[in-house]
Amino acid sequence: MNRSFNKSQPLRNVDCNAVEVKSKYGAEFRRFSVDRVKPGKFEEFYKLILHIHRIANMEVMIGYADVHGDLLPINNDDNFCKAVSTAHPLLRIFIQRQEEVDYANFGTNTITRKKKAVVALRNNDVNRKRPHIRIGMPQDFRPVSSIIDVDILPESHRRVRLYRHGSDKPLGFYIRDGTSVRVTPHGLEKVPGIFISRLVPGGLAESTGLLAVNDEVLEVNGIEVTGKSLDQVTDMMIANSHNLIVTVKPVNQRNNVVRGSRISGSSGQSSDSSGSTDDLESDEDADIVIESSLKRPSQRSNASLAYQLHRDLNLHSNPALRHSNGSLHKILSSLKTDPRHSLALPRGGVEEDGTVITL
Amino acid sequence: MKRFRRHGQESQRDRLKQELFQFNKTVEHGFPHQPSALGYSPSLQLLAIGTRSGAIKLYGAPGVEFMGLHDENAAVTQVHFMPHQVELVTLLDDNSLHMWTLRGHKGLSELLEIGRFTLTGPPGAPPSVTRVTAVLAHTSGELLLLGTEGGHVFIVEVPGFRELEERNISLDQVAASVPDDYIGRRNLEHVEALQENPINPNQVVIGYGRGLMVIWDLEKRCAIQHIPATQQLESVWWTEDGSYILSSHSDGSYCRWMVGGEDVNDEEEKSDIPYGHFPCKAISKIIQLPTEEGPPFLLFSGGMPRASYGDRHCITVIHCKTHVALDFTSRIIDFFVIRDGLQHTGDPSALVVLVEEELVVIDLQTDCWPVIQTPYLVPLHSSAITCSHHVSAIPLKLWERVIAAGELQNTHYSKKPWPITGGQNLAPDPPQRDLLLTGHEDGTVHFWDASGVCLYPLYKLSTAGVFHTDADPNDNMNQGAEGEWPPFRKVGCFDPYSDDPRLGIQKIHLCKYSGYLTVAGTAGQILVLELNDEAAEQTVEAKVVDLLQGQEGFRWKGHTRLDVREEPVLFPPGFQPFALVQCQPPAVVTALTLHSEWKLVAFGTSHGFGLYDYQQKNTVLIKCTLNPSDQLAMEGPLSRVKSIKKSLRQSFRRIRRSRVSLRKHHVNNTAKLQEANARLEAELAEMELAPVQRKIEARSSDDSFTGLVRTLYFADTFLSDSSHNTPSLWAGTNGGCVFAYMLRLPPVEHRADEPVTAQPAKEIQLMHRAPVVGIVVLDGHGAPLPEPLEVAHDLARSPDMQGSHQLLVISEEQFKVFTLPKVSAKMKLKLTAVDGSRVRRVGVAWFCSSRTEDYGESGLVVLTNQGDVHVVSLPHVKMQVQYPCIRREDVSGIASCVFTKHGQGFYLISPSEFERFSLSTCYLVEPRCLVEAPLHSGSSSQRRSQPDGASSTHRTRQDSEDAEVLQEIQKSLEGDQTSFLENNVKSAVA
Repeated sequence: MNRSFNKSQPLRNVDCNAVEVKSKYGAEFRRFSVDRVKPGKFEEFYKLILHIHRIANMEVMIGYADVHGDLLPINNDDNFCKAVSTAHPLLRIFIQRQEEVDYANFGTNTITRKKKAVVALRNNDVNRKRPHIRIGMPQDFRPVSSIIDVDILPESHRRVRLYRHGSDKPLGFYIRDGTSVRVTPHGLEKVPGIFISRLVPGGLAESTGLLAVNDEVLEVNGIEVTGKSLDQVTDMMIANSHNLIVTVKPVNQRNNVVRGSRISGSSGQSSDSSGSTDDLESDEDADIVIESSLKRPSQRSNASLAYQLHRDLNLHSNPALRHSNGSLHKILSSLKTDPRHSLALPRGGVEEDGTVITL
Repeated sequence: MKRFRRHGQESQRDRLKQELFQFNKTVEHGFPHQPSALGYSPSLQLLAIGTRSGAIKLYGAPGVEFMGLHDENAAVTQVHFMPHQVELVTLLDDNSLHMWTLRGHKGLSELLEIGRFTLTGPPGAPPSVTRVTAVLAHTSGELLLLGTEGGHVFIVEVPGFRELEERNISLDQVAASVPDDYIGRRNLEHVEALQENPINPNQVVIGYGRGLMVIWDLEKRCAIQHIPATQQLESVWWTEDGSYILSSHSDGSYCRWMVGGEDVNDEEEKSDIPYGHFPCKAISKIIQLPTEEGPPFLLFSGGMPRASYGDRHCITVIHCKTHVALDFTSRIIDFFVIRDGLQHTGDPSALVVLVEEELVVIDLQTDCWPVIQTPYLVPLHSSAITCSHHVSAIPLKLWERVIAAGELQNTHYSKKPWPITGGQNLAPDPPQRDLLLTGHEDGTVHFWDASGVCLYPLYKLSTAGVFHTDADPNDNMNQGAEGEWPPFRKVGCFDPYSDDPRLGIQKIHLCKYSGYLTVAGTAGQILVLELNDEAAEQTVEAKVVDLLQGQEGFRWKGHTRLDVREEPVLFPPGFQPFALVQCQPPAVVTALTLHSEWKLVAFGTSHGFGLYDYQQKNTVLIKCTLNPSDQLAMEGPLSRVKSIKKSLRQSFRRIRRSRVSLRKHHVNNTAKLQEANARLEAELAEMELAPVQRKIEARSSDDSFTGLVRTLYFADTFLSDSSHNTPSLWAGTNGGCVFAYMLRLPPVEHRADEPVTAQPAKEIQLMHRAPVVGIVVLDGHGAPLPEPLEVAHDLARSPDMQGSHQLLVISEEQFKVFTLPKVSAKMKLKLTAVDGSRVRRVGVAWFCSSRTEDYGESGLVVLTNQGDVHVVSLPHVKMQVQYPCIRREDVSGIASCVFTKHGQGFYLISPSEFERFSLSTCYLVEPRCLVEAPLHSGSSSQRRSQPDGASSTHRTRQDSEDAEVLQEIQKSLEGDQTSFLENNVKSAVA
């Protein structure tokens, strides 16, 4: 990463030292210029921006459009320097109020898709030179899906992992029976198969963009579905719904991952799916157990478990459960939605006063 | 080295598995579904029933049964035993004939198919020429006469099925000699009946559909006599002295014709329409049998006045002045009469009637002709079975009391022994007494002796008496008022009409040590009953339990709860109710368990569960499990599930109504009908075109029926700390939740006055949220805790309370073991995630080794929704064996399955039949019987049976098949051969 910054020295063959800047805040534009060779410090630039736009007492996020049309942030000296040095012919600045910043807008492929594609085709070097910049707050992100095992699967297949935990989105897809054509030593043969029949709008499956209607389902969590009935496959998927890994043969074979390309690593997962499954295996073990202390004989049945649990949970001063009104059911259902994240308790459980909550 | 050793251990385990587990379907109990043909061999004393699915079943003395299945999936239309032989011939719907025999093998008889045959006509002839309509097995035992639709009679030599073309009786031969004045001579139609002259085997009577009967001499090959009946012929009977022929006709008449001499224009001697004046239905079969002294018995089926009683299924029996029309509740398939005497030529002793839903045997020698109780073929479905419960190893005392109570109920049965006594039952006496309890739709519970091959009815409990029902007690059975004509008498016990579906029994739990029984039904009623040898009049007080516990905003949309009789009710000896709980809302009870030592009953519905103290008659605990957002649980039964069926039915009704109205008003309004038809078609098309698709969604707490209680379990275990064990109650719900309550029981001396209390102790929410179908606590040795009172009766080892207990939670998707008292996951076995099948039924069973007598282990027996049975080891929850058992499409079969404590199981293969299977190598109940060839023709049959084995060279194809079948049967038998021999030795020593 640093290597790319080092390269971003002022270009020698530029005769004009001034860089034209077009800065946009809301609907307002301001034009000014900075010195290409000595752009100065980021802090000065930041103050300049606030001054020019007359928004002195505001926290803002400054972004710029790079040569590929990507919106990238300017928040330190390095990327400021980079922004100025690569501006051609002008530096386009976008200002957003800090509280309104939509991080999803940052990153590659955000502003001008078409242009970028053209650039990429024309000059592959550009790709390599593109700076790698931290552009968001990763602790707020969790994977919702990934393509895995690209290196061990045939190119025509795709193994998709849907992470349901932590998301309120439904998995949101339907499967059906169908026939698929297989190549056998005796020629083409029609065999029954399982296909995705529908994606629920707004569901996890649809939002990933990795599954499509009429994709053939080949495996569920590593187990082949051939010979299994629609109901069996349904039950298998539901049983694995907390961490569903579906291997499909996409109906659209044009978007296949090309083996050996850099993107294969982008899932960030080790290629060994079984290893990673084991990791998540423990997730599913997280049955919720509520045990009430029954040691004190003074506690007659009127000391309800719900009350006790309520008290104990409050001792943990967990904000997620503050609102609990003593109904065990409500506590449970709040636990159910996302046990790991809404309840920031350490794994293995907290013991206090005989009552145990194991997560 | 290590790897080698482990391999050795595995193979050792494999060997042990073979010694412990083995899958067999052993015997079918109950009444065959859709019987279509009946046959009887007086010499063998065997009864044969053919069914529409192509099965053939033979029954003799109790315990003697054989079953065969035709390869063709065609209905059996006729069954005929070869006279005085062990062979029988079946005719199938596809016009094929099959020869079966009972062959001895290792001291047991087996039913084997030894030949098949289809008539081939001359080339180019229409298929009707060879379509068999009548079969006569000639007394010579060597000939079959086959009458066909074309009117020909073909003669075939058996057992080889060789056509004797030169002896065939063609229609032309017969038609040529028919008197010119016979009205129907141009078309005699098909051969309806073939009968042999009882005193001259060379004479047969051929009855044609048009009415003409011809007596034919087989030797001279010519017609001797023509009987010119003019009504459509239904059946023919040649009286025993050979002097008369009886014919029955489609207009409800029967005629008697003198047989004799050359007088061609023989007039009918007597003709009668027994239920005459108005048009009558056909008499389908007629029999006349002589008695030693006095007038003969005349029996015929049908013949009822068409308009008023056309829907009755009747057999009329006339003897002397007695005339009774036996009125059956289902269609008559066939009937025959058993006669006294060694040669079976004496007085009629019993009438055997096969109707569609049961077999009824009537004692003709006792006054009033009472029914003889059948020891097998009992209609399990006299009212539809709604649940079943199996109890193994019943103590003798309880057994005898149940039998005594049952005998008091059976006083209306004949005292005569069962008249069908063929074959010898060689099966060893069952090692223990087993009870199978079936709950029925009409609120009855039937107790069956399930120890052996015959599922014998012991006792019947009715719970309807506790409640007010719409049924009028004087509704049936009391009919037949003086002077009624025809003189009906209701017989048979098949009565599928329930007075009130709310009475249906849904759960049963019997404690075999204390004799306490609890049953629960469709309208949320839970009855606790006690066995009492005396009749008692008592009031049953109802306790209403509100399971919603003040949860607001719900309105129950289902049925109301049952009205309880407030006045004292007289209960006959047997199980008498003394406590009644009624759930509110009155939803069907989905879980029930009884602890007779603690005198507690736990019950659950889709709304919650409760604990009832039946000694103090009050509720200890009520817990609402209903999810506040679950509205479906308030709908009541079947409101949405049946909607497609309902809409279809409605469309049919609409059509029918429109048709009826068309006819009624004579309106030429075909448009309406077409419209209705189109609507139906559209609906059907919609059903077919809508793609079958399944939603993939994780279970959530908001799903419907998550609060439905699936299982309840009592355990004495370590709930709070590892040093003190306490009584506890466990409940598992449809939403994957397990609740545990610690129970505090007062000391025995204060049991009657101090309250029992329950405190919530644990709650486990399984992350995968699959329904919890079973909960078991394992003791320190990893063995399941014994049943209540089992230890007190010295029938079980007391549980190990030293080591730490474990909790096994069985959900539909996986088996999971937790530690106790602190609940943390220990190990699990995933089922659904791996192969997509789900647990439907689960039971704990004890398996003994077939080789090492003192080795045994307990395991979980599991039936999945795919119809496979698995055995899962305890306590390590490892899959042991897996066998396919039930077709996965057979949902009702899978739902009906019940396991025994010794690795056997029962499931319904039809509404009226249980299939019994065994997973154990040691506990097998299967028929073992021997049928020997009849004595008086012993020489001929031996001559026949021996070449059968030897002549395999020239009947190659069939025999090789036979050999295969034989081998297979032999193989399956060999497994238990040893135990069989042992048992024999034991009985010999004893």
